[in-house]
Amino acid sequence: MSNQKKIQSPIISHGIDITHLTIAGARRALDSNEYTALDLTEAYLAQIAEHNLILNAYLEVWEDSARAEARAADEMIARGKQKALTGIPLAIKDNILIQGRVASSASKILQKYRAVYNATVIETLKAQGVVFLGRTNMDEFAMGSSTENSAYGVTKNPIDTTRVPGGSSGGSAAAVAGSLALAALGSDTGGSIRQPASHCGLVGLKPTYGAVSRYGLMPMGSSLDQIGPLTRTAEDAEILFAAIAGHDPHDSTSLPSYAIEKKGKKIGVPRSFLSEGIDPDVLSCFNDTLQKLARSGYDIIDIDMPHLPYALSVYYVICPAEVSTNLARYDGIRYGYSAQADTLLEGYMKTRGEGFGPEVRRRILIGTFVLSSGYADAYYRKARSVRALIRKDFSSAFETVDAIALPTAPNPAFKIGEKASDPLAMYLEDIFSVTANLAGVPGISVPMGTVARDGVQLPVGFQLLSGWREEGVLLSMAEAVEKLSQ
Amino acid sequence: MSTSIDIRALARLARLSISDAEVTKLEGEIPAILSFVETLQKVTDGIVTVEKQELRTVMRDDELTHERGTYTERILAEAPAREGDKVAVKKVLSKGE
Repeated sequence: MSNQKKIQSPIISHGIDITHLTIAGARRALDSNEYTALDLTEAYLAQIAEHNLILNAYLEVWEDSARAEARAADEMIARGKQKALTGIPLAIKDNILIQGRVASSASKILQKYRAVYNATVIETLKAQGVVFLGRTNMDEFAMGSSTENSAYGVTKNPIDTTRVPGGSSGGSAAAVAGSLALAALGSDTGGSIRQPASHCGLVGLKPTYGAVSRYGLMPMGSSLDQIGPLTRTAEDAEILFAAIAGHDPHDSTSLPSYAIEKKGKKIGVPRSFLSEGIDPDVLSCFNDTLQKLARSGYDIIDIDMPHLPYALSVYYVICPAEVSTNLARYDGIRYGYSAQADTLLEGYMKTRGEGFGPEVRRRILIGTFVLSSGYADAYYRKARSVRALIRKDFSSAFETVDAIALPTAPNPAFKIGEKASDPLAMYLEDIFSVTANLAGVPGISVPMGTVARDGVQLPVGFQLLSGWREEGVLLSMAEAVEKLSQ
Repeated sequence: MSTSIDIRALARLARLSISDAEVTKLEGEIPAILSFVETLQKVTDGIVTVEKQELRTVMRDDELTHERGTYTERILAEAPAREGDKVAVKKVLSKGE
C-alpha cells in the first residue's frame, strides 16, 4: 500500500461529484443543464489521468475523440434531440470493434490491429451520442477470471489494489468501480461480466444468448458469448441493455427484438449444488439475502437441478473446443502479428506460438484434444449431450419458479498471483456462472453485501438466472436486492 | 482414459510452436484438467445424441450487402504483406512436395 494513490470518497472531479453517479442521475443533470457532457467527460478523464497508471483499467484512453463526442452530445442536448445515453461516458472492452481504433483483445497477436468496421453495439451507441473514453484491459481473448492473463499487465481491483478485479472483463469493472467511467461494456462467455461485477461491487448483466448482437465482438466460444453492461445500479443496467439489445441481421444467432417486462416473485434455490466448494462467508451472505427477500414478499423455493454439478466440466470441454476453432483465424496472413519464417507452416507455428499467451495456448491445446479423432465422442459430443440435460434442468425449473438464485462466484476477489499458477483453481471460480452460458439464459450479478478480508470489506455478488428473454425478471429482482442492502 | 497426452503432436495439429519447458508444464496441467472433466462419463441417463438436438439454419438472400471495394483499403492496411489489391501469401507447396 505504499506508492499508490488511494481512491478517496467523495470523488469530486472537475466540479462534479461522481462518487455514486449513475447513468440515470447524469441524464437528469445533463438534461437540466446542471453540467455539460464536456464537463462530465473532463471529470472522468481527470479521474483516469490520476488513477489509471496504478489500476491499469484502460489499455488506451481516447481523450481527443471523447471531447469531440462530448461536444457533439452537448449539441444534441441543446437541440432537444438527446437519447437515453447521449453524453454518457462509457468504457469499452478491448474485444469489441470500433472502426479505426486498435482492438487487441489484450493479446500480443493483435497489438497493432485496427478494426475495419464498427461492432453493431458500437453503431447503436454512436447513434445515441455516447462518449467513448477508451478500451479496457481483459484476460487475453476473454480467457480467464482475474485479468491476469492480459499481455499488458494485470488490472487491480479499486477496492483493494492487492487483489484482482475478476475477469475477463476486469478492466471494464475496475473502470466503473474506480469512477474511471460511468458504465462499461463487457462480454460474458462463462461469467466474464458477472464475476468481475461481483468482485468490484457492481451490477453485471449477461443477456439471453442472442439478445445483443455479437457482430464485431471477437469470438471466443461462439455458442456461449454475449455482450452486456457493467453498471453501478440495476436501473443503469436496464438503460444500457435496452439500448444495445435487439435483432441484427449481421448476427445469425440474433433473436427477434423483445420487450423488458418487470415481473416475478418466485425464486428457486438449487440447494444441493451449494453444499461444497464455496466460501462460508459468501454462503452466509447469500443465505441472509434470501431470508431478506423472503421477508419482503418473495417466495424462496428449494429446487432440484441434478445436472448443475456437471456444468463446469461441460464448459471446460465446449469452451476450449470452440476456442481452438475460433482462434484458428489468427494465422499471421490476413491481419495481426506475423512472425518471420521461411515456410508457410513455420510462419503459422511461430506467429501463433509467439503471439498467444500461456492460457490461450493451453485452451487451444485442450480444444484440439477434445475435438481430435478418437476423443471427440468421449469428450466433445458427450459434453454437448450433458449440456442439453443442463438446459432441460433450467426449462423444468422455470415451470415452477421465475428465477434461480446462486452466488455469482464461490469466493470474494482473491490476491493477485494467488491462483495464477493453478489453471484448475482458476477454472473453479466459474462454477456458478458458466451455467447461464451453457443454457443460454440471462444472468445478473448484484451486490449482496461484503465479507472482511485483511481488514478490507470486499463486495460479493448475488446471482439471479431467469428464463430465456426474461431479463425483466432479473432487473426487477436485482432492484429488490439493492433496496435490501441499502 | 487420459493418462498420457502427446503435447507435441497436439501442438503440431494446432499450428502452435511451444518450448520444451512449456511442454513439460502442460504434460502435468492438461491431463489434470482432462481428468477433472472426466466426471461427465458418469452421466448416462437421458442422454440425447448431438445429432438429435434442435438446430436451426439461418439463411439470407445471396446478394451483395455492401458496395464492392468499400472495405478493400481498410482490410489490406491490416495485412502483413500485400500485392496490389491482394493479401500476399507465402508459397503453399515447396519443391519435392
